[in-house]
Amino acid sequence: MTSRKLALVWKHKALYLIALPGIAYFIIFKYIPIMGSVIAFQDYNIFQGITGSAWVGLEQFERMFQYPEFLRILKNTLLINLYDIVFGFSAPIILALMLNEVRKMLAKRIIQTIVYMPHFLSWVIISGIFIGILSPSTGMVNHFLNLFGIDSIYFLGEDSFIRTIIVGSGMWRETGWSTIIYLAALAGINPQLYEAADIDGANRWQQTWKITLPTLMPTIMMLFLLQIGNFLDFGFERVDVFLNPFNRVNGEIFDTYIYEAGLLQNQYSYTTAIGIFKSVVGLILLVGANFVSRKTTGNSLY
Amino acid sequence: MAIKESRARKAFLRTNMVVLILVSLIMILPFIHVLAQSFSSSGAIDQGKVSFLPVEFTLDNYSFVFQDGSIWRSFGVTIFITVFGTLFNLIATASLAYPLSRKELLGRKFLLFMVLFTMIFSAPLIPTFLVVQNLGLLNTVWALIFPTAISAFNLFVMRSFFMQIPQELIESSRMDGLGELRILFQIVLPLSKPAMATLGIFYAVFHWNTYFNALMFIEDRSLYPLQIKLREMIVDENFTSDPTSDFYTTMLSSSPEGIKMATIIVATVPILLIYPFLQRHFIKGFMLGSLKD
Repeated sequence: MTSRKLALVWKHKALYLIALPGIAYFIIFKYIPIMGSVIAFQDYNIFQGITGSAWVGLEQFERMFQYPEFLRILKNTLLINLYDIVFGFSAPIILALMLNEVRKMLAKRIIQTIVYMPHFLSWVIISGIFIGILSPSTGMVNHFLNLFGIDSIYFLGEDSFIRTIIVGSGMWRETGWSTIIYLAALAGINPQLYEAADIDGANRWQQTWKITLPTLMPTIMMLFLLQIGNFLDFGFERVDVFLNPFNRVNGEIFDTYIYEAGLLQNQYSYTTAIGIFKSVVGLILLVGANFVSRKTTGNSLY
Repeated sequence: MAIKESRARKAFLRTNMVVLILVSLIMILPFIHVLAQSFSSSGAIDQGKVSFLPVEFTLDNYSFVFQDGSIWRSFGVTIFITVFGTLFNLIATASLAYPLSRKELLGRKFLLFMVLFTMIFSAPLIPTFLVVQNLGLLNTVWALIFPTAISAFNLFVMRSFFMQIPQELIESSRMDGLGELRILFQIVLPLSKPAMATLGIFYAVFHWNTYFNALMFIEDRSLYPLQIKLREMIVDENFTSDPTSDFYTTMLSSSPEGIKMATIIVATVPILLIYPFLQRHFIKGFMLGSLKD
């Protein structure tokens, strides 16, 4: 048996050779860093490296939970992610359903072209645009508010708007783009289903509820599970570009904190412990959500 | 289909259209605002006169941006990493996706799981940084190319593309005496042009927009890619800026708003120029890739 397998491997040795650089990439840039996470259980010292640094067990994790800073950032991360799931996840589904109703192809294409566009802009550009339009003196949002006699608001200069701005700018960038996959699923629905429903007397709402949404369900669940799996991985860039000393208290999330405390202040072990915490929570959420989804809707990632 | 449209249905369609037009306006008005300011005099901007049309039309903001030599250098760095990075991405991704698409490869499931696992359990930041540091890549453009050689998601997309290629074709090519490398490059890749184009665009946009990796790995100002430079110019001109640059002193002495907006336009135009040409293409590829398998 094994010799037969070996013979098979030998016969296709070229395939393995071709795969080798790619495998090396995953080992070097993904798996070695995952193994390097052991520094979270050390008091890592740059000069002594992983082999020379002292082992401290769970001290870094204990420290983590004792920090008031940590709890504040955990709260920010959870809230921003929660808002992003509630609003950012449902918006493209609604937009796709609305676009699907447009029968004039030209209008549909123009609208699609416009709503996909922001996806290709970098977060730096997007923050530039948002800081510009939200500017208290020169921005169009405050011009608009002034028309109604409302005083200008310095949106980025205080804590109260930062989460809204982060989630809102993300929706502005991604909503149109995220509709693509739903529109593809919608295009795959057999029109005869609707004709049959029409003959049975179902109105458009009933058709949407009974035909369209159930057809979209597998896609929705798949994307939802993927997002849940990355629950604490909100992404450094889209938050960092909006942070300033005035809105940091409510805006800072794990990703920006790990960069600041870890790389800029050299707290390597402590921030790696946070990174592990983040990944483990994500993994638990994914497995849990996958389980619930399989039991209730029958859809699952694996 | 001669289904009579009811009055309620017509009202719905009209409302639907109005809402969609509103959504489109929300997407596009910020651009128009930025564009209008970039062509307006600083006085007019400061007085809050500029909304969607230029006031006191001027090209000064643009001439100022184009005079700044360092932004051209950053453009150069970004073009380099976009071109070479994307090529490298495509070759690396294809050369792993191809074997993984072949049923003959023993241990395929294990390798696929290894890749999938990195999507769910990502490597923490500091250990990744330490690997890049130990490889001596810090402060080189390679730090912006090698650590992101393969995106697991794109790998899966490309693999499912390859799996649609008929096995018989590969079998017969082998009968004709082609080796695996030549099958990959002469048979499989030419058949996968839509997938390569789509993923190429994803990778290229990624490189063009690269920001975080550059922030981590590049300290040398002469190697700053465009986004880091933009961040300096647009978001916080006094945070990491080089205080000796012309740009910095002019920003302080005059109203920076119009210059910032011109900078945004200059950095956005290259992306928007390629966008309409490729849109249909990549959407087709994206759908094929994501829905099969």
